[in-house]
Amino acid sequence: MKFANNLAWKNMKRKPGRTIALILLAAFLAFSVFGGSLVVMSLQNGLTSYEARLGADIIVVPNQARSHGSIESILLQGIPGYFYMDDSVLEKARNTEGVEIATPQFYLASASSGCCSVSVQVIGFDPETDFTIKPWIQKNYSGTIGDGDLLVGSAIAVPSNRKLTFYNVECNVAGQLERTGTGLDNAVYANMNTIRQMMESSVLLGFDYFSDVSAEHAISSVMIKVMDGYDIDQVTGDLNIHLRRVEATQAKTMISDIASGLTSVSRVIGGLTVMIWILAIVILIVAFAMIVNERKKEFGVLRVAGASQKMLSRLLLAESGLISLIGALAGAGTAALVILPFLGMIRESLNLPMLLPSVPVILLLAVGAVVLTAFAGALTSAVSTRKITRADAGLILREDA
Amino acid sequence: MILRTENVTRQYFRQGKGTNVFTALQETSLTIPGGKLIEVMGRSGSGKSTLLNLCAGLLEPTAGKVFLDDTDLYALDDRERSKLRNESFGVIPQGQTGLRSLTVLENVLLPCEMYGISGQEEYALELLERVGIAELSNTYPSELSGGEMRRLSIARALIRKPGVLLADEPTGDLDDENTHIVLGMFRRFAEEGMAVLLVTHETEAAEYADEVYRMEKGVLTRQDAE
Repeated sequence: MKFANNLAWKNMKRKPGRTIALILLAAFLAFSVFGGSLVVMSLQNGLTSYEARLGADIIVVPNQARSHGSIESILLQGIPGYFYMDDSVLEKARNTEGVEIATPQFYLASASSGCCSVSVQVIGFDPETDFTIKPWIQKNYSGTIGDGDLLVGSAIAVPSNRKLTFYNVECNVAGQLERTGTGLDNAVYANMNTIRQMMESSVLLGFDYFSDVSAEHAISSVMIKVMDGYDIDQVTGDLNIHLRRVEATQAKTMISDIASGLTSVSRVIGGLTVMIWILAIVILIVAFAMIVNERKKEFGVLRVAGASQKMLSRLLLAESGLISLIGALAGAGTAALVILPFLGMIRESLNLPMLLPSVPVILLLAVGAVVLTAFAGALTSAVSTRKITRADAGLILREDA
Repeated sequence: MILRTENVTRQYFRQGKGTNVFTALQETSLTIPGGKLIEVMGRSGSGKSTLLNLCAGLLEPTAGKVFLDDTDLYALDDRERSKLRNESFGVIPQGQTGLRSLTVLENVLLPCEMYGISGQEEYALELLERVGIAELSNTYPSELSGGEMRRLSIARALIRKPGVLLADEPTGDLDDENTHIVLGMFRRFAEEGMAVLLVTHETEAAEYADEVYRMEKGVLTRQDAE
């Protein structure tokens, strides 16, 4: 094997242009399979994470939510937004038949002026009744979120003094949450009292977010859990009939929009990957056939010098294997360099939640892509290898003499 | 060492209408004993290279046997036959036969390297000295002339100190001076005890040979017995 590897290496060095071209082809294969699977898996993770973060069966938002930043853009893209309705909606929702729990949420966009440390989405919830944010927070933060405490998303830079101010309300950063791959990573979380204090302070500072709703009675959304045995469709319909100037939407409808987007993107990536593989494998097969044909005489000389058919196969497979392995490592490495740091940009352009898989899963994907590419690359030379090794060396030498 | 062919025949099967069997070599028996230089002369396509490749274990005969001493070459499997060729045969094929990615010295050492035999550099340099291209040991085959390439093939064929030397048109692209140098070498190898088979279409080789044969349309006849 040492002889085969040494000779393969020397052959590769002797023809650098050809070697680089073949390495690039193999790199392309690895890039497409690793990059593609990484993006698709991140999209799937993002969807699962988003689904888990929503956590409700029905979401009620004011009709004006469409113009002031929809709930999707706040939660998915992290675009700061706000919309409000009177908290009487909450009571009415609680009294609707089939509603098990209804909890309010508050969305406040921080201002870019001096009264706020950073421009982010502030999300408030009622710790007494919340069933969507708390279970998630409890995975990262075991304490209670007291008045004046904030929990910040993974994308927020925490100052060294752990203080953040919103509308002149100074808060203490109690903890930072794990990545979700959605806009929630750019949000900060406060309990109902803290966000109410901020909302009231914003009015005093002259920010007119609430228009016809008074700040002390303003809520942004109502998250609803439906009782077992009740039809979610039916409850949503009842809410839309009984509550005015609001819109009740099933969470699964929001998810299905994203899921269909994810399916389309996955199909495009899958289709492109298959096309790239077919094209690159055909080129590699032709390239190796040409190389073998061009070096027929050399293989004849090797046979004359005592190389067995097996030795010749090993030499050719070592050469194609080495080329494919180097290409595969380069391709997987480039995919990691392109995708990992720019996942945020990719997420924004696709407008879909994305969450990278864990490091061991990424490594497993990379190793899988490298092994698959190296194996496929080596296989592309198998046909030519078989042909040349099975031929009588005497005939090869005669043909080329 | 004695190389012996026993009624070997080689036929090629062609695709197409009419006769589809072409006999390149008719039933041929030839003995090449150690210490002798046997020359086979003939025109291009007469079947002499076929005979040489059969003798080298590179081309399976359609019928007949090839023996090296008592070993039937084609009774061995490919791995065993290849190893035997590496150990006991020095083959100089037709044409330019240097591996482009290896230097002259590495080309000469190739038969040793493929079986993991080390420590032969000094002997390889000695062989290059003997064939007169020692100063080119670090150059690549693409930089060699036809004559230099031929000498490289000779040195490579000798590196494993073979008992049998088979040369196919070794002077094909050489000038008169180099032709005589190379033929003189073969004569010396035979005198040193090797069994040498020289296949050529050139007449000058006859004066160096112990026995001369002529090959015509696959039929071998002894020239000096005519």
